[in-house]
Amino acid sequence: MHFWTKLNHKAIYLVVLLTLKLPLSYAQSQSAIQPATEQARGISYIWWSMFWVAVVVFVAVMLLLAWGLWRGKSKKPTQLSYLASRNLVIVAGIAVPLVTVICLVGGSLMLGRSLSASPPDNALEVRITGWMWWWQIEYLDENSNTIATTANELHVPINRPIQVYLESGDVIHSFWVPQLHGKTDLIPGRTNSSWFEVDVSGTFRGQCAEFCGLQHALMGFLVVSEPQAEFDAWLANQQVPAQPPENNEVLAGQRVFFEAGCHQCHTIRGTDAAGTAGPDLTHLASRQSIASVTRKNSRAHLGGWVADPNGIKPGAKMPMSQLDAKELSDLLDYLQSLH
Amino acid sequence: MKNHPHTEQAIFDDQEGAEPILDKTWLSPPGFFGWFTHVNQRQIGFRFVVTSLIFFALGGLLALLMRLQLVQPENTLMGAEFYHQIMTMHGTTMMFFFAVPAMEGLGIYLVPLMLGTRDMSFPRLNAFGYYVYLIAGITLYLALFLGMAPDTGWFSYVPLAGIDYSPGQGVSFWTTMITFIEISALTAAVELIVTILKQRAPGMTLNRMPIFVWSILVMSFMIVFAMPTVMVGSVLLALDRTFATQFFVASGGGDPLLWQHLFWFFGHPEVYIIVVPALGIVSTVISTFCQREVFGYTAVVLSMVTIGFVSFGLWVHHMFTTGLPHLGLSFFTAASAMIAIPSGVQIFCWIATLWGSKIKFKTPMLFIMGFFAVFVIGGLTGVMAASIPFDMQAHDSYFVVAHLHYVLIGGAVLPFFAGLYYWYPKMTGSMLSERLGCWSFWLIFIGLNLTFFPMHQLGLDGMPRRVYTYLHNMGWGEVNFFVTCAAFLMAFGFLLTFINTLISPYKSRAAGNNPWNADTLEWWAQSPPRNYNFRHLPVISSRTPLWQKAPLYKVTGIRADRREIIITTLLDAKPQGVCIMPSPTYWPFVLALTVGFGFLGFMFKPILFVVGFFLSFFAIVGWLWPARPWLAEKPPEEGHPVRGLQ
Repeated sequence: MHFWTKLNHKAIYLVVLLTLKLPLSYAQSQSAIQPATEQARGISYIWWSMFWVAVVVFVAVMLLLAWGLWRGKSKKPTQLSYLASRNLVIVAGIAVPLVTVICLVGGSLMLGRSLSASPPDNALEVRITGWMWWWQIEYLDENSNTIATTANELHVPINRPIQVYLESGDVIHSFWVPQLHGKTDLIPGRTNSSWFEVDVSGTFRGQCAEFCGLQHALMGFLVVSEPQAEFDAWLANQQVPAQPPENNEVLAGQRVFFEAGCHQCHTIRGTDAAGTAGPDLTHLASRQSIASVTRKNSRAHLGGWVADPNGIKPGAKMPMSQLDAKELSDLLDYLQSLH
Repeated sequence: MKNHPHTEQAIFDDQEGAEPILDKTWLSPPGFFGWFTHVNQRQIGFRFVVTSLIFFALGGLLALLMRLQLVQPENTLMGAEFYHQIMTMHGTTMMFFFAVPAMEGLGIYLVPLMLGTRDMSFPRLNAFGYYVYLIAGITLYLALFLGMAPDTGWFSYVPLAGIDYSPGQGVSFWTTMITFIEISALTAAVELIVTILKQRAPGMTLNRMPIFVWSILVMSFMIVFAMPTVMVGSVLLALDRTFATQFFVASGGGDPLLWQHLFWFFGHPEVYIIVVPALGIVSTVISTFCQREVFGYTAVVLSMVTIGFVSFGLWVHHMFTTGLPHLGLSFFTAASAMIAIPSGVQIFCWIATLWGSKIKFKTPMLFIMGFFAVFVIGGLTGVMAASIPFDMQAHDSYFVVAHLHYVLIGGAVLPFFAGLYYWYPKMTGSMLSERLGCWSFWLIFIGLNLTFFPMHQLGLDGMPRRVYTYLHNMGWGEVNFFVTCAAFLMAFGFLLTFINTLISPYKSRAAGNNPWNADTLEWWAQSPPRNYNFRHLPVISSRTPLWQKAPLYKVTGIRADRREIIITTLLDAKPQGVCIMPSPTYWPFVLALTVGFGFLGFMFKPILFVVGFFLSFFAIVGWLWPARPWLAEKPPEEGHPVRGLQ
């Protein structure tokens, strides 16, 4: 009896949630109907309009169908006359859908036009390059020179248009942060662009939305929006090279970094590490998560990731490292010093 | 070729005592080796239907495996590699090996019967198409069992599917088998068009043709225009992968978007190729169960034709997020939304037909009612996805997975199963169990809604498609768990129908010629039809030949001792002449083997394609080698009405 009551409660909970179309919001949200920008809000508004129209149409069609069937069950069933049938088809099958569709297309095209227009001149420009399976983020100055490079975590100031230039280093990916905007693909050989302006501070999760191979499912990224002053401080920090090691463990860790070959794929500005196959690690410790938002950026997770990337993301291109406990510990000290 | 009963004097099918000879002339040889020589449309059509249902079951099992992997976050039931293989195989199976062959199979079986003729226009080509389909399907599943299945999705986007990122054999299997199986679709389409336009019974003008036949005609024309595009695309991809051409490689001057254009120019009409015959089935079943003609024959036919045309103008709606200019994309928004209108016209013609009719809700009609609910929902979400801003959120998310399953299951599978329950008596002579059918329908209907409706929610919640897993903290675990359970419920519903088809011949009463009192010609024949379909070829004078009071006139002067059918003019079906049809032969099977050898061999050594080409040449020579035993006959006697209508 107790089991069935619990099951009932769970069922009711799910049914209510599903019918109310609420995102299951106790978790990290990636919901298109919890917009944080004007762009996403416009899309969400169009969604809800279409949703209610669809509900009305569906209910109307089902009611008509039910009514027609019910008429067949009466004592003297009368079929529709030719004229009534013809009018039903013309009105319900042509006129009403035509009007509805024109409104939908018109509204969508108006919104689409504004979404695809160029952003205002004061937009912050960022180049995002998609790789299998992480995101390279480069902040650009007015002359399109790169002033800071990071990976998987995009910081933006609020109330400022952000223009992202989207390119791919290998296969097609898709840049999608549902709370901020619709998705735009990253296609090799082209530079696509998209722009949005965040109204509130917060952390918004995004994920690759075009099948790109083994670890497509875990190719996430974060967009962190913050007030202009905090953003400026963050960007300034990202621009400076890494601090030299402060103590012996960190220095030992830096040595491990080079001896294990990490510098062949990763860049740490301020050192000789200049590899470009993997994410820039200069300010790794300033990021909230690792492995393209698959794990929190904690010592334990970082250790697990470095020791065996395939344990977390099978097929990831980062090889296993052959470090003993002391070497791993020193390396983690070093990595965690990269604020 | 060799089993024309050779008589000194010609025997015509309107003569007394001609029946045993007619039966023998149209006999398909029994036995294991005889199976490979059959060319009769009913045998080939039946094989298409049965084989497609087997692939449906296999594709369904793959889907259940996928759902088991997705049942909880970060599940380790299978790795990403295997998941991507079964995901690709699920899509490829359902789209290429189930949906189109199933509709083709119904067409091949029913169209000649509905037209009042005895075979398709090119019986050997028909058989060849089936063997190509069978070989393609077996090969692809062999690849899956060997762990070499394609793993880049059924749509196989480049550059991921290019040689740099998919160096293994999997994608090569895909490109080869797709090109190969489209040969099968094209042969069926070509034959259906010619049969429908030239072999209708005398008097069956185009506007007396059953709506189902119209739907097959529209489908066939769509196949002819759409399939070559994907064949070209997959050939170019094969060339890129094998000979380092740069069609789709950006650094070599090519464009990955070219693949998307080529694929979706085929891919969008493909789904309407699947849906249009299903709409024909809906018209047929509704007409029979309401015991009246569908209201608005012209409107329904024109709607199907419109859908056929307009569906070729929608393809870029699969590419709304690729960064193409908004103005160009907007034409596709308009077209994609507009195609709702001919669909709506048909829905209301059907409602007008049903209105006030006394309807017995047998299983076919239950599936049709299910179709109404599910297809309308799917159509509505489709119109939503036509909106570019909304599609920028919904594209490549579970919202689209929900939409596509609603339209494909609601718009194709449910009507197909209605057709299965409706025509099973004709094909086998037994009725399917109503009780099992009712249970099956309800489990499928409830299961499919519980499985796919929550996916709209998941998509809006940000869950992308084609993911082998998802993280714990996304909050998607509970809904995915629910969806997986519901999927098993739906699968069980399908299982009941499968069981039904297997046990009904042993359990039920004989069906009789026309158990539903339907109005189309296939119900004039026996259940199952004799070898020769109809004892006499009929002459038609109305749209509902079996509901008219007067008995049907018959064609005279058709030979019983060789395979003959009557050819009629395109518009008005006036008799034009007689065509002699081929008898059972093994050459179609041989040619399918040589063509298959060429395609499969190409994957391992390109030169084998050339070898296969020459082997096929010899097979075609054998196929076309003249064999006209009647040249040795004496001409018919004076005074006998050679070609006439009585």
